[in-house]
Amino acid sequence: MNWEVVIGLEIHTQLSTKSKLFSGAAVGFGAEPNTQTTLVDLGMPGALPVFNKEALRMAVMFGHAVNAEIGMTSVFARKNYFYPDLPKGYQTSQMDHPIVGKGYLDVTLDDGTTTRVGITRAHLEEDAGKSLHEDFQGMTGIDLNRSSTPLLEIVSEPDIRSAKEAVAYVKMIHSIVTYLGICDGNMAEGSMRCDINLSLRPKGQQEYGTRTEIKNVNSFRFIEKAIYTEIERQADILEDGGRIIQETRLYDPEKNETRSMRSKEDANDYRYFPCPDLLPVVLTQEYVDQIKANLPELPNQKAARFQSEYKLSEYDAQVLSASRSMAEYFEVANKVNQDPKLTANWVMGELSKLLNQSQLEITQSPVTANAFGELLARIKDNTINGKTAKDVLQAMWQGEGSADEIIDAKGLKQVTDTAAIESMIQSILDANSAQVEQYRAAEPDKQKKMIGFFVGQVMKASQGKANPSIVNPILAKMLKG
Amino acid sequence: MFEQSIATLAQQLRNKEISSVELTRLFLQRIQALDPQLNSFITVSDELALQQAKAADLAIANGDSSSLTGIPIAHKDLFCTQGTLTTCGSKMLNNFVPPYESTVTQRLQQAGAVMLGKTNMDEFAMGSSNENSHFGAVKNPWDVNKVPGGSSGGSAAAVAAGLTVAATGTDTGGSIRQPASFCGITGLKPTYGRISRFGMIAYASSLDQGGPMAKSAEDCAHLMQAMAGFDDKDSTSSETPKEDYLANLNAPLAGLKIGLPKEYFGEGLDAKVADTIMAAVKEFEKLGATVKEVSLPNLQLSIPAYYVIAPSEASSNLSRFDGVRFGHRCDDPKDLLDMYTRSRAEGFGTEVQKRIMVGTYALSEGYYDAYYLKAQKIRRLIKEDFVNALNEVDVIMGPVAPTTAFELGSKTNDPVAMYLEDIYTLSVNLAGIPAMSVPAGFVDNMPVGLQIMGNYFAEAKLLNIAHQYQQNTDWHLQTPTMAKGA
Repeated sequence: MNWEVVIGLEIHTQLSTKSKLFSGAAVGFGAEPNTQTTLVDLGMPGALPVFNKEALRMAVMFGHAVNAEIGMTSVFARKNYFYPDLPKGYQTSQMDHPIVGKGYLDVTLDDGTTTRVGITRAHLEEDAGKSLHEDFQGMTGIDLNRSSTPLLEIVSEPDIRSAKEAVAYVKMIHSIVTYLGICDGNMAEGSMRCDINLSLRPKGQQEYGTRTEIKNVNSFRFIEKAIYTEIERQADILEDGGRIIQETRLYDPEKNETRSMRSKEDANDYRYFPCPDLLPVVLTQEYVDQIKANLPELPNQKAARFQSEYKLSEYDAQVLSASRSMAEYFEVANKVNQDPKLTANWVMGELSKLLNQSQLEITQSPVTANAFGELLARIKDNTINGKTAKDVLQAMWQGEGSADEIIDAKGLKQVTDTAAIESMIQSILDANSAQVEQYRAAEPDKQKKMIGFFVGQVMKASQGKANPSIVNPILAKMLKG
Repeated sequence: MFEQSIATLAQQLRNKEISSVELTRLFLQRIQALDPQLNSFITVSDELALQQAKAADLAIANGDSSSLTGIPIAHKDLFCTQGTLTTCGSKMLNNFVPPYESTVTQRLQQAGAVMLGKTNMDEFAMGSSNENSHFGAVKNPWDVNKVPGGSSGGSAAAVAAGLTVAATGTDTGGSIRQPASFCGITGLKPTYGRISRFGMIAYASSLDQGGPMAKSAEDCAHLMQAMAGFDDKDSTSSETPKEDYLANLNAPLAGLKIGLPKEYFGEGLDAKVADTIMAAVKEFEKLGATVKEVSLPNLQLSIPAYYVIAPSEASSNLSRFDGVRFGHRCDDPKDLLDMYTRSRAEGFGTEVQKRIMVGTYALSEGYYDAYYLKAQKIRRLIKEDFVNALNEVDVIMGPVAPTTAFELGSKTNDPVAMYLEDIYTLSVNLAGIPAMSVPAGFVDNMPVGLQIMGNYFAEAKLLNIAHQYQQNTDWHLQTPTMAKGA
């Protein structure tokens, strides 16, 4: 059977506020257990929540960025369930009146096509703490540092039809929240986690199949792999005439499989009701408009500008603008050398390669955007060629100095003196008279191939410093004799 | 000495006729001598009280004092007090020493008041007789075979018996006013949001409100001066500026328009209580007030609405008592579920368990609309009733409770009769308006409280009305015989 996959995603985004959603405790990763807590995060009797207005501002920014209705009156609700790392016995979230309502996102796929994904809602909620099952001799340790950390849960419509679309959508959300500066985007530390709702239906069928929910997937690669695995699992069951059980599943990246966590029958009745400790959040139009007016340039807008302003291809513009820090790096470097195409190629090529090898983010690059721009300027003005530039970049990466300092110190400046090049070529031709004879006797087609040998010899003799754009015409002329 | 008003005591302290340490010792001795008959205190904090009294004497000597400096008071045992056991009347918290101070107790402490101890109460403030306490029932000082009312029964009994000058209480459905009525003292439930709930262990968050309990309206006003006001730690706390509650106590009542809701004088109201209330109303007429009948047509609905909303919120508020971080944990739990169920089954009393179950049910999928949402609709109707009535009159008067204090044990097996006790008080909490209980006479030697209900943030007005009444009557000056025994 030809199956169509239907996917909806819930993305939990940790907002980068200084303090927690309902208390003044600092938000941070990796602190000693239970050191970043207040009475409120500990669920002390008599403690009361106070809403962090910074989280509100961030949520409204996000709403604007995905073309969404803003909830002018939003209401916090309690989601009740017992768990040891949920100190109050309920999670404060939003149910009937979320801060962000219906919106959408146009997602560009790798093949350049665009698909629209509807956004159902995005709501504010507090995170729970963490249960530590190791090192406690059969007991469980509770760390409440994360308790009450602000999350924005972004819920999509079931508009996604493939793993590729899902990843492209999550990348787009990742790029938007980091552009807005409302999330650090650090997936390894759990700043973005994704729940995947997935079902299959025969192609052409209108109604949805029974879905499963895969919880807490925390990397782009795992999202893609989890989806492929789950599609395969569901398809196998359906092909065998079986039925999908509506349940929550976990993705195990080591075994690359999903397994059942709990079925619908075991699901909690969360007994949502409006939180009586918090007043409804009522916004003024002025507040909402002001946030909209001050929104930074978003990825799609930046990509469009890169195409028109720098005449970059759509692909290059998309890649460079996918992350705010990469786009900024590109623009700074380009300002120095004024060659957008050259800069784009080098940022996406050599720089990205080095970053990958060192497992660094672009913001951690040992070579600043300015220094990188200066290096490219030396290519542009023919001081060095591209091959030499790669070596210079390596040296810069090791902290040996600026491009100019390294070029000077190592004597890498290209030889552009025509007379010097001519004499160098002459001595090469003299030393290789047999090859010269063969060349002169050959057909023009063959000659094109044979000239490579002489170029190689020149580069070798000049230790790579001869400028190929000068060498090539002179060599061709002198070979003719 | 124990019968003196705050103003008199403050004067005597300032004049060095008595020191706060002496005054505090006097009350500690009275507690020691008389409380075994009443059981009104869960914790007596002698050492802390004497420390605070010394500090108060020093402040007075330095001329740095308010009217509360050095005055011994007591706190209902659901206000968190840093370093002092706070039990909420429950086994669940019988070992809970809060690491922080509630806003109410902190403000009173900053005003110089001395804390004698923590008063007994119905467990988690759930009850109308103070028989639902893990620490035993509280007795009524007017007749120790009778209940003091609840849930602030310990505070009411302690004030009535002269074991403390004044006390704090909380009122979710009548828990300040009904015990004040039963014990013959003056109690004020302020407008919801007037007094911070920070550090007050929650029963039903949208209804809970702390307030003063004392011998007179004037004493209540002194406490309000310190207790009231916005608190940024409580999001439901009101930013409406607080008033000077002492400034207008003596304003004349000529022209005051009093409304008597006919629904407050119908079936179920004891005839002698009704006569007492009407006599009090006559007194107001003498003071220049006019009286007219008003209607609160949805009064009957307040009981079902309250008993959905309050348990719903309670079922969620009390989830944090899970044996994980504080409070009671069962011995040798087999696993997580066993720890939850046994800790909670052992830690909570019957009434609390009953309300948690009712609330859990009302919020469940499939029942939420029929119960919780409908109760909220009724709540809005009740609020509108009061708003409409208070458009016609300045204040509404009626009984606090249908009867005087009843015999201990007489209603413990009849929950509906017990719930009906609160018929005249619950609707005030649902509407969020302020109301007082003011001693207005006796029926068969037991006190009767007059309830005065006012508009939002009309606390100063209510205190003025009650004070004028007390200037012309002496019901609030009566002392139970047992109080004279020490």
